[in-house]
Amino acid sequence: MSFRLALQESPGNPWFSWRYVQDNSDTILAALREHAILTAEAMLIATAVAVPLAVVAYWYRPLTGPILALSGVLYTIPSLALLAFVAPYVGTTNPGSVLIALVLYALLLIVRNSLAGLNQVPPEARDAAQGMGYGRWGRLFRIDLPLALPGIVTGLRLATVSTVALVTVGALIGHGGLGDLILTGFRNNFYKAEILTGAVLCVVLALVLDLLLAMAGRLLTPWSRRAVR
Amino acid sequence: MRSENPIQQALTWLNDPLNWTNPGGILDRLGEHLWISAAAVALGCVVAWPIGMWLGHAGRGGSLVVLISNLTLAIPTIALLTILPLTFLGFGKPPVVVALAVFAVPPLLANAYTGVRSIDPEARDAARGMGLSGWQVLGRVELPLAVPYLAAGFRTASVQVVATAALASFVNGGGLGQIISAGFGLGISVGGGQILAGGFLVALLAMLVEAVLAVVERVVTPKPLRKARGRAARRAAVATGSA
Repeated sequence: MSFRLALQESPGNPWFSWRYVQDNSDTILAALREHAILTAEAMLIATAVAVPLAVVAYWYRPLTGPILALSGVLYTIPSLALLAFVAPYVGTTNPGSVLIALVLYALLLIVRNSLAGLNQVPPEARDAAQGMGYGRWGRLFRIDLPLALPGIVTGLRLATVSTVALVTVGALIGHGGLGDLILTGFRNNFYKAEILTGAVLCVVLALVLDLLLAMAGRLLTPWSRRAVR
Repeated sequence: MRSENPIQQALTWLNDPLNWTNPGGILDRLGEHLWISAAAVALGCVVAWPIGMWLGHAGRGGSLVVLISNLTLAIPTIALLTILPLTFLGFGKPPVVVALAVFAVPPLLANAYTGVRSIDPEARDAARGMGLSGWQVLGRVELPLAVPYLAAGFRTASVQVVATAALASFVNGGGLGQIISAGFGLGISVGGGQILAGGFLVALLAMLVEAVLAVVERVVTPKPLRKARGRAARRAAVATGSA
């Protein structure tokens, strides 16, 4: 409960050390790679599932409630519990367990924001498309989805940032990317340099991916540039 | 090796009364979990509500609120859980409570801000016209009208903290997550049931808290505000990502 004087400012345990980074660059890079790959895989799968779900909810109104409720329930389940549900079946040392938990967790943010984006498509644009003879699919790909892109990108950005943070939970089964660094550092006699390196890289990775997605979103929607304040 | 599937193992594990009453059993862990969560949410409220309401009252800092939400979204819980015990907070419960409180702040802050911001300016003008000072407007008009938003933020923050508290087990911080971690420590053939049972308990607790606070939220929301507020809160939740 109280202060542990022994741990305070012990000279041999700085919060950051270049030496640690240089000596362990292989481990750090491997962790960063695993982290980035897990995030990318999770986001690709989640997008491939969530955007079609949002389209289904957009087309068939009665399904909107159930789809949002289901992804909401998945989102309410704590990440650790999701991992606990998946791991006994997929394997406790299999990175697939982490991947599945990450995908389930990212669904809600993408579905909700994509649906919000689709619902913001102006009715006039939809009517005009109909009048021009677009069918359901043509309208979806030429009108609805492009106009909903800002919402979809918002969802992807939120989901990516939270996924990067969540990957660390996988450290429990040794597949947490940078989370492994953090947890190993903690278990390894509170090695501060290792903990902080992992944590900082994690935040940096999240911010970099967020920035990249934001830029991609801007490039893909040149028409909205002036509209966005 | 395994004679039963994990679900049966989990049921067997849950069915053993000793797993409930032993020291470090389910009841102990549940108590820890609730205590840590309550302390974290309380701390978050003490910090976030005054700031959020003041920013809303002053009409400034909207971008600050969004920035804080986005930044905390990017910070892994485990990072805070492992870093804070090594600071002046020391080991034990305080760093865990502080770490969880950090993640409770964004929804509390965003909803307090939105709640005060979205009050009809005419109500505020009327209060001013009646001679109320800035503080009186805040206390007698804005605070009561913002209660539904505060309740919504409280619910979001509480569910999130209860969910995140499971991760405290990574640093041996107690709570129901400890059951899951212990299960993983035992390995899949022995601990599989325990992992699943622990996951089930944590998920159940999060859903229970969500359901109970949804009722509370409804009760404290005045009838005329109920429908409009539901929509507004959902918008606020989308804006902050509320994760």
